[in-house]
Amino acid sequence: MRRGFIKGAVLVAAVALSALVLLAGCAKPVSNQYAIVFKNTGNPYGDKEMGGYQQGIEEQGFKAILRAPDQPTAEGQIAIIEQLIAQHVAAICIVGNDKDALQPVLTKAMKAGIKVFSLDSGVNPASRAVHVNQADSEKIGQTLVEAAYDMSGGSGQIAILSATSQATNQNLWIDFMKKTLQDPKYSKLELVKIAYGDDLRDKSVSEAQALLASYPKLKVIIAPTTVGIAAAGKVLTDKHLGGKVFLTGLGLPSEMATYIESGVCPYMFLWNPLDVGYLGSYVATALVKGTITGKVGEKFKAGRLGDYTITQAPDGGTEVLLGPPFKFDKSNIEEWKTVY
Amino acid sequence: MKRTVTVVERFRELGLLGFIVVLAVIFQLRNPVFLTLSNLLDLLTNTAILSILAVGMMMVILTRGIDLSVGATIALAGMISALTVSSFRAISPVVSVLEGMAIGTIAGALIGLLISRFNVLPIIATLGFMNVIRGLTYVVSKGAWVSSYQMSDGFKAIASGGVLGITTPILIAVVINVAFAYFINHVRTGRQIYAVGSNPEAADISGIPRRRIILMVYMVQGALAGLGGVIWVAKFASAQSDTAVGFELSVIAATVLGGVSIAGGSGKVSGLILGTILFGMLNNALPLINVSPFWQMAIQGIVILAAVLTNVVVKRNSQRLALRRRAI
Amino acid sequence: MREIRTERPWSWRSFFFQWEWLLVLIFLAVNVVNSTLSPYYFTADTFLSTPQTFLDKAFLVLPMTMVIILGMIDISVASTAALSAVIMAVSFHAGLPMGLAAVLCLAVATACGLLNGILITRFKELSSVIVTLATMIIYRGIAYVILTDQASGDFPKWYASLGWGFIGSVPIILVVFVVAAVVFGLLLHKTSFGRRIYAIGSNATAARYSGVKTDLIVLLVFTITGFMAGVTSLFLTSRMGSTRPNVAQGYELDVIAMVVLGGVSTSGGKGRIAGPLLAIFIIGFLYYGLGLVNIQAQSLLIIVGLLLILSVLVLNFRFGSARKARPSVSVDNEGKEPHIRPR
Repeated sequence: MRRGFIKGAVLVAAVALSALVLLAGCAKPVSNQYAIVFKNTGNPYGDKEMGGYQQGIEEQGFKAILRAPDQPTAEGQIAIIEQLIAQHVAAICIVGNDKDALQPVLTKAMKAGIKVFSLDSGVNPASRAVHVNQADSEKIGQTLVEAAYDMSGGSGQIAILSATSQATNQNLWIDFMKKTLQDPKYSKLELVKIAYGDDLRDKSVSEAQALLASYPKLKVIIAPTTVGIAAAGKVLTDKHLGGKVFLTGLGLPSEMATYIESGVCPYMFLWNPLDVGYLGSYVATALVKGTITGKVGEKFKAGRLGDYTITQAPDGGTEVLLGPPFKFDKSNIEEWKTVY
Repeated sequence: MKRTVTVVERFRELGLLGFIVVLAVIFQLRNPVFLTLSNLLDLLTNTAILSILAVGMMMVILTRGIDLSVGATIALAGMISALTVSSFRAISPVVSVLEGMAIGTIAGALIGLLISRFNVLPIIATLGFMNVIRGLTYVVSKGAWVSSYQMSDGFKAIASGGVLGITTPILIAVVINVAFAYFINHVRTGRQIYAVGSNPEAADISGIPRRRIILMVYMVQGALAGLGGVIWVAKFASAQSDTAVGFELSVIAATVLGGVSIAGGSGKVSGLILGTILFGMLNNALPLINVSPFWQMAIQGIVILAAVLTNVVVKRNSQRLALRRRAI
Repeated sequence: MREIRTERPWSWRSFFFQWEWLLVLIFLAVNVVNSTLSPYYFTADTFLSTPQTFLDKAFLVLPMTMVIILGMIDISVASTAALSAVIMAVSFHAGLPMGLAAVLCLAVATACGLLNGILITRFKELSSVIVTLATMIIYRGIAYVILTDQASGDFPKWYASLGWGFIGSVPIILVVFVVAAVVFGLLLHKTSFGRRIYAIGSNATAARYSGVKTDLIVLLVFTITGFMAGVTSLFLTSRMGSTRPNVAQGYELDVIAMVVLGGVSTSGGKGRIAGPLLAIFIIGFLYYGLGLVNIQAQSLLIIVGLLLILSVLVLNFRFGSARKARPSVSVDNEGKEPHIRPR
């Protein structure tokens, strides 16, 4: 064993490190960069959101940084945020993989003078100045239940196929759905199961098949997640259940085009992720300029989308709402399926 | 001697078969929907892809190797064939399948070269390639997905078409398993695979082209992964860059469950089929019997451990029996 | 009396031709490239506080080096970390004081490692790959059963300082890591325990026949691995301020990559602690530096994958192929103990 190696290496490292520390120069803080961190790469929905953000930022004359980890984990986002802090960005827009796990690193960003706000998938109120919500969560819940009511003919069994069991958004919507179902108008609807497809294609397919097998009287499947609804659509098509079991939920028009055209899914909802990102970009610049600080009642202008006011959010913090969910059906799917 | 070996083999398969029967009974009691034709067909279709890949994995493991990159290969082959179909709608599905298999074969060949010619350890070569291939999938697709409306009906029929309700993937899986069983038991090159894994040095000395066989094994594995990729993408009518993440572990688990020894050199196709079916059963039945999704993972792990330990204990007992017989 | 030399005489060339010096060069190269790519890289802050991001994983590299030198592997480390973190969080909220909860975390992790070791030594027909594959699924599965889909957090303020705090200007996690690295370095290179690990990795059968208690040593190494997974989970949970069953996913592959990049051959019996230590910082700073210029995640994947393969190719070229004609005991080939079998 070359005993001298360890000694030599330590010496070299010590010299190098001290040289580096001494030589450490300060990089000038650059504040015309606005960052957005999405949940993971390879997600067209996320790409559209980030694209909208970039469009808005560049429209205002600044530079946008688009980042996402390759796996949808909190650890991945923490590493990226650290890198953004080191680059002294002006603002960070976070689409969170975890409500709470990002709090330490986002607090560090805020202490460094960076404006932090969340978009779409929120983080807890302590980690952000404000949250940009694509649509009122309660409204989404109500709209989906109403759609199920309509498709089932007023009564029958319905089931929900969700994403992962920890997904913040989905769980919020499901809670509102359950609350809406308590209304006497929907008393003849029976929610038999909530299945979790983990936003994985194959798991969503298995869960959908299990739902259909276990509940032969099932009338409607509500899938408030783009992967789940597409998977359910395929399963229903393969089993030739179109017309007997109906599907609705939140889906990407490109993914659901086949199923809407065939009637398996009479109609579904979503919002335009481009607009969500675009709105976020104006929130970012408004925070940095000081036009808003994230308190209820503050107003700002969001480019082509118009004026917005900050409202109280269900989790104790504040939020900005984009607008009502958008309905996709046979009449408009052709036009939207190539957009996103 | 031959009798002893057959006794050992039979025990292993019997153990697995018994396990499957017991589990099937339990599942059926909890939800009588389990043993219906439609559910069983679903089960088999979902397991078909796993089975196709398990065949390739068995060959790799027989040679003392392992392949962690199959998930990534599925994604890449599936994505490229889907992209091709979305640009050239008129392509025949057969061409798509061949295209996928070609891509998989190339990936497999590169890995096989690293392992056979450059003596890189399989776990390292496939670990590294897993990342590279998945990165390539993303680059090739530019992060976009290929959706159902972009695929031709013929393409989607690769997975949903069928005869008398038996879907195409099941037929393909059956054909491949049968061909593989014949190859590994009755064709000389197939038998040589066992030799390479059992004792590589002896194989070398006896003139068996060890390097070529290892290269071939990984190429076939790649081709099968490519085939699986095309079926996968057709089945879900969607190609994404995070397709089949972690799937390699399921394939390895199913193969090992079937009694294929990680140490190389032993394993039977019958065991492989049983192992794959057992694994597929778990995936299908647990949602049916309303096992809380949070228990599913733990149960899968326990079943794998139990099956593998049972194999070991059974094998030890039969060896002891064999010894005793010799002593007389 | 004339001395008979059993080693090649020392020369400057052979000294610098070692794998570890190549790694030093790569480390310096990484830093140079990063500095030219981004003006934000070359700061004291980078070198002092960035390690906080990747050092939690690094605690696992130390025992994994031992495992791989043994010729085995342990892919359950990430699940062990997740399970111990979950149990710590749950017990804290059930009333246990945080300090004790942290001790419980370490205890659970050690128990997980112990179980791995017991299964591997009692059932020698099973390779470490399959045993740790099964326990990987089981441990994380148990974590899901306990915490289902919830996160658990809200720890006392002092706990966050584990992962985020400093002593002077040096991060606490770095201090702890250096101590751990020194301990493992001494264990591996200066004790008979360490020498026996090398012996088992080179030739388990010969080691056993020479009186080395192979079973005990394998058991100890896996137990230590479990303990270090607990340490990792302590720091990771502190960094995130909360935990869930799906934390630390993918850690096992990163850790193995760092060890192999560090020149530890997976066929066993070779390698030094210095290599993986350098590899940790190489990969850590590479990720950080490339992230500073906002390179996309997938490109990083490709780069690390290629780096891994390249390093092994060069290693094999330099030190000769991994496959030698010897009664092999390696990752691919455990379990070939001289049991009486009908052949």
